[in-house]
Formats: sequence, C-alpha cells, structure tokens
Amino acid sequence: MSLFQRARRIDSRARFFVTLLLLVGLVLSSGCSQTEPPADLTIINGVEPESLDPAIITGQADGRVVAGLFEGLTRLNEKTARAEPAMAEKWEISPDGRTYTFHLRTNLLWSTGEPITTADIVYSWIRALDPLTASEYAGQLFYVKNGEAFTTGKIKDPSQVGVHALDPYTLRVELEHPTPFFLDLCAFETLTVVPRQTIQKYGDRWLMADPLPCSGPYRLGYWHLNDKIRLLKNTNYWDAANTQSAIVDMLPVGSPDAALNLYIHGQADIVWDKSLVPTDLIDLLLQRPDFHSFSYLGTYFIRFNVTKKPFDDARVRRAMGLTIDRERIVTKITRAGEQPAYSLVPPGTANYSPLDITNYDPGLARKLMEQAGYKDGNGFPTFEYLFDAPAGGSAKIHEDIAVELQQMWHDNLGIQMNMRQLEWKVYLSAQAQLDYQVMRSSWIGDYNDPNTFLGMFTSTDGNNHTGWKSPSYDALIHDANQEPDARKRAEIFREAEKMLIDEDAPIIPLFYYVGINYFDTNRIQGIYQNVLDMHPLQTIKKIKPPR
Amino acid sequence: MYFVKRLMYAVPLLLIISALAFGLVRMAPGSPFDRERVPASPEIERQLKAKYHLDEPVIKQYGRYLNDLLHGDFGVSTKYRNHTVNDIIEQALPVSMLLGGLAFCFAMAIGLPVGFITAARKGQWPDVIGGLLSLLTVCIPSFVIAPLLILDFSVKWNLLPVGLWGTPARMILPTLALGMFFVGKVARLFREGMISAMQSEYVRAARAKGLGETTLLLKHACRLAILPVVSFAGPMLADLLTGSFIVENIFQIPGIGIFFVNSTSNRDYTMEVGLALLYAILLVLLNLLVDFIYTLLDPRVKYE
Repeated sequence: MSLFQRARRIDSRARFFVTLLLLVGLVLSSGCSQTEPPADLTIINGVEPESLDPAIITGQADGRVVAGLFEGLTRLNEKTARAEPAMAEKWEISPDGRTYTFHLRTNLLWSTGEPITTADIVYSWIRALDPLTASEYAGQLFYVKNGEAFTTGKIKDPSQVGVHALDPYTLRVELEHPTPFFLDLCAFETLTVVPRQTIQKYGDRWLMADPLPCSGPYRLGYWHLNDKIRLLKNTNYWDAANTQSAIVDMLPVGSPDAALNLYIHGQADIVWDKSLVPTDLIDLLLQRPDFHSFSYLGTYFIRFNVTKKPFDDARVRRAMGLTIDRERIVTKITRAGEQPAYSLVPPGTANYSPLDITNYDPGLARKLMEQAGYKDGNGFPTFEYLFDAPAGGSAKIHEDIAVELQQMWHDNLGIQMNMRQLEWKVYLSAQAQLDYQVMRSSWIGDYNDPNTFLGMFTSTDGNNHTGWKSPSYDALIHDANQEPDARKRAEIFREAEKMLIDEDAPIIPLFYYVGINYFDTNRIQGIYQNVLDMHPLQTIKKIKPPR
Repeated sequence: MYFVKRLMYAVPLLLIISALAFGLVRMAPGSPFDRERVPASPEIERQLKAKYHLDEPVIKQYGRYLNDLLHGDFGVSTKYRNHTVNDIIEQALPVSMLLGGLAFCFAMAIGLPVGFITAARKGQWPDVIGGLLSLLTVCIPSFVIAPLLILDFSVKWNLLPVGLWGTPARMILPTLALGMFFVGKVARLFREGMISAMQSEYVRAARAKGLGETTLLLKHACRLAILPVVSFAGPMLADLLTGSFIVENIFQIPGIGIFFVNSTSNRDYTMEVGLALLYAILLVLLNLLVDFIYTLLDPRVKYE
C-alpha cells in the first residue's frame, strides 16, 4: 500500500475539507451567475466617482456620470460643447445682460413620473448654495445675485437670492454682473435639478433611494463602488426618443494597463480618460486609428511663490520663463500632441482670442538676470522645485519635466535647482500654505471662457497660490466682467493676461493639454471631440459590425 | 474561561489602536478637503469641516467617534461623501474575503502536500524540486506574478479574462496571483515542522516501538508539524481576507484592499480609522482561533 493510498484512508478529515471546498465552489458559481442583461455600451470612465450628487462632485469622472442622471436649464451640445436648450426651451436676456427669463418645457418629468417645475430648479440652486450642503463648487452660482452672500451667511433669507419661480414654467434669474458664459454654466452639474422630496427624506444618503428620481436622459440602475455604475434609459426624459443606448455601464478603472487590457479584449467599448493611456506606449498607441487626441481647455504651468526671495523679483521669474524650451518638453516627454504654451488661456477658448507671443529668448533672460544682480547665476541661491507623485500607475511626467527644467535653467542661467516630490495631499497643502519656492501646477477650465483661467490670479481668489497681488490686474478682471460688450471684454482680458504672463510672470505656462480617448469609430457613433472633453451619454451608440 | 479573558483584553487593545489611528491620521500633513481647486469662498471649506466636525478639538471628535462606534457606526467617508464606512465595508469586504478565502484554500491545498513530500523525501529529487519551487514563489512578488499571468493566460493564450469580477473564470488568475506567495511559505513551514518533528523524542520513541515510517509521518509527525503553519495561518488569513491593493488594482476587483491604500492617500480619515480597526479585530479573532486550534492539536498545550 503506497503512502498516498494510506493517507487517504487514515485521514477522513481530508474528505471533509474536500467536500467543504466543493461546497464553496458551488456557492461561488451559483452566487455569481446572477443574470443581468448585457449593456448596450460599456465605458471605462476613470477613477471611482466620489459622489453622484451634483452639488458635491468635483471630479471630471464624476461629472460624466452625473451629466447622464441630472439635467439643468441647458445642456452641452455633443459637438460644440456649448449650451443648447434642455429643460428650458427658450429664454430672454435683458439688454444689460443681468436678467435671464427662462421658459421651461411643459412636458418635463422625473424618471419616477412626477412633473418637474421651476420650484425644483429654485430648490436645487438654493440647496447648492446652502452652507449646510457644503458644496465645493457653490462658486458656480456666485454669479447669481446674492448667491455668495447666502453661502457665506451674510443673508439668511433664500428668497433674496436672484432666482425666482414666476410660475411653474417661468423662471427669472438675476445676476451680479453680465456673465457671457452663464448659459454654459446652466449646463454645469452644480446647477442641475435634483429631487427635493427624496433629499429631504434620506438626507446625505439620498442617492441610495430606490427608485431614485432623475431628471436627465438616464436613471441609476445601481452603483457598486469600484465595480460598476449601471445607467438605464429614462423613458420619461423630454428627449427620450433621441437617447441612443438603453443600458450603459460605466466602469471605474484607475490603472491604465487594466483599462487597455479590458478594451483590447472587448470588455469595454470606450475608454475616455487621458490618465488611462499607458504613457510608455503612447507613441505606439497614437498611431492606431482608434486612439484619438484632441486639444483641450487645460494648461500645465509653473507657479512661483513671489513672497520668497529671489522669486519676488519679476525679472528673475521672466528670465526663468524665457529659457524654457517648451518644444522639447512636448516632443520628448509628453508626446501626445500637446502644444507649447506661452499663454495661460488655451487657444480655442470661447469669447476670446489668444495672445500671440513666444517667450523663448535665453539672451534676454541672461540680461534680465544680470539686471537682477545674478550675472551667470552668481549669488543665486539653490532653490527647490516641488511636484506631486504620480497617482495610480500613471507615468512620471512631472518628474521628467522637472529634470529637463533643472538642466535648462542650469545651462542657460547657471542656477541650481533641487527636486522634491510630494504625495498629492501634501503637495496641495504646501501649495495652499505657500510653503514652496517653485512648483508645477495645472488648470482645467470649468467653463468655456477666459475668466475660468484669468480670474484665479486676482488677489483674493483662493486658487491664486502664488502670493502675487496686483490691484491693477484685479481692476482689469473686474472691468472685464462688468463689460457687456463682448469684443471690449475680450480686449480687457487680453490686457490682463499680458500683464500676468509677459510682465509680472508669477506663473510660466509650459504646454496646453490634449485629451485622449479610445474607441473604434467603425463601431461607436455619437462622440465628437471638443475642448471641454464633454461627451453626452445619450448621443453615443454602438453599431453592429458588418458581417 | 481563558478565551473569554483574552476577548476582554482585546477591548482595551482595540481602544488603544483606534485612538492611535485616530490621532495619527490627523497628524499627517494634508487634509481630506485639500483640493486642486479651492472653493470660491473660504467659508465653504469652513462649512465642510464643520459638517464633518473637523473643526472641533481632537478629543471631542474622538469621543464622538467612540460613541458612534458603540452603535456600530464607523462614520461617513470623507472621500465618498454619500457612503458610510459601513456601506463600503459591506460592499467591498465580501469580495475580498471570497478572493482571500480562495487564495487561502489554494495555498493550503498546494503548500501542505508539497511540504509533506519534500520533508518525506528529504535530500532526494522531490525535495530539491519542491524546495526550489517554493523558494521561487516566495521570492516573486504579486505585482510581478499578476501581470505575467495576464500576459500568458489572457493576452497570449486567450484562456481567461484579463480582469473584472463576478464569474468563476474571473477568479482564477487573481487567486493564483494572491495565493502563490503563501503556497511557498506554507510548504516551507510545513517541511521545517515535519523535519524537526521527525527528530523529536516522542517520534523516536514511537519508531523504537516499531511503528512503520508512513504511520509515523502521517499520524504522529504531521500533527506537531502543522503547528507552525497554523500559527502562521492566523495573520495570513487576516491579510488575505482584507484584500490586496496590488492584486485588486491589477485585475480591477471591487474589494476592500484598494481602500486600505487609497483612503490613506485621500486622507479619508473615517475610512482609514475604520479599516485599521477592522484589520485589528480580524487579527485578534484569528489569533485567538489559532490558539484554540493549538489546544486541539497539541495535548501539551494548556491555557490557564
């Protein structure tokens, strides 16, 4: 009798364990084979949304889901990403640009069947402004009269805020000043319409309500964290006839390799987050016909802390900007078709025409340094350049750029730079507390207007983070935002930007971002590239491949 | 009685762990609401902190936390603001436990026989090959094994899915990637245990009585040799059941392991403390279980 035969006989416990294993297997296979209909469209959407509450979300991935669930007075056109009528079928704007009268469609319904009226819009906006909601994007409603005063508690009565329901289908909105991008803002998620009764009943966990009343082209099937968000067509949506896909699955995937693998193996139809392109393969991938790169409202730039020597001297900051070979950075490091940037506001921004300047002149830079008292870098202290650690498997682009900058500044100006990499939250905290000398930074436009970029460098803006304060710059931005004439307004903004980039230079723009998404154009229809990288879900459709 | 006492001791231990975790996460630089985009008014950030009581003194926050904890409430995640920590654990832990359980079974099912054979054939070729294989699995980390498995089984041979969760086929590769390290570890521990057991006096006595080699190995040596594996299995199971950041990330599995790492980089205070406690509770319980199994396996072990 062999050793193993005996083993079997001696140890009856083994049999018990084998049975147990089989049982576990059985439970597994039965537990997993829940049948659910396959999705008409599967999209890899980027990181897991923090929330699906329009008033709470801040991330782009969150916004892409929420845009399917909740709608505002306007929505963004899938081709141009500009506002088009949605809940409001038409509107009038007063000659001074401060009062908007919106006329709602009369056939608006929640996904659960109840009518949507102007009272719901007033409720949703006031809720986003309410201090108790603690909405980080409440600022999108500060253009509305008394919006900011209500959020900061200066006024307590919500009826003083400039949004009024004249009747169930007519809404009057008063603004603080003329705001040419206000119709675009009406499509922004913070201003979309949310269900009052459900929120009052369930509080912070209202999104778990079943059924959840939705105002957009889709309703929520389910939301399993880090697994899947399933969206189902909202048949009560006013434009439901034009919703192209009935079931849409949004997969949260953080790793570019996993996203690419899933896409190639047919587990996903669309991948639409630039951070989901494996950077090491970018040259190869961009040659494929299903990889699409397009220009985008975002700029990568360097921030100076102007409260610290020697960066309090504009000549030093300008000299450092003049010696950066942006062409080299976009061709050697980023490699996805980014354009070198010499202005903060990217080309293609609405209500604007970009500055036409090229800031590359090492000769002038050396002269400026000499004037500042640092001939050939003599006497210039070694300084520190901060950048953040790449998150979740994305490439070390910030580090590679830092290495290039170190070399360029050393070769052209004779100055020494040390690099310091920080964890994301630590990096943000250093930025907020001005606890840095020079750091990398970036900004993605919230709406299609120069104000989303230029407004942040006014003295009091929370996103300034440079310590740079200029009363004349503040005055220009203020004037631009009071100016009802579009051409004059653009001109004032250009003057302000020239001051920001060319004269005082508390920041140095490096390049404009591109967006990248990947999908097979022979199989997917209804996605159009636009500067906001916004692609309304209801227009996207998968077509069967020809046999 | 002894085990009841041990459970009682666990209470102050968990209190200390929760206090430490609570204080340490708040001492780390950066806060949950440090964002790339600062809200349009500083008032908004103040309201946000007030909403999560982060504006109160830490002691008061901790008191509030303990009180909620007594009611089984781990609090609201500061990152996923519509979810409580309980919601997240409820959704993600079963997935990780299933994967961890499978990896545990896999590690035992392969590791124990390999350990047994290498010990029984000590110095002969099965020992050399088995030893080499277990050394290999212990040395290669999961972030190397997982992509290699995907490359071969999914990309090249198209046999198994590249990722996601929910069907038995999708569970195979993650189970291998997660369990491989423990296969080697279990095999080596069991082999060592067997060899030292074979040299112990009671085995020598049994052999002197004239027992056959096979009975000796299976009935007498095994029982003692399994002890190091059992004591390793406790913390190992706690590790496996709470998921793996690497394996879950590579295979896109909706488990709890991802939260262990991400909650830290997100400074998700409530989630960090909740997970630390969850892990501590599992560890305490499983260690207790290990001690209990000891009393069953080794008659010499008695707890007063």
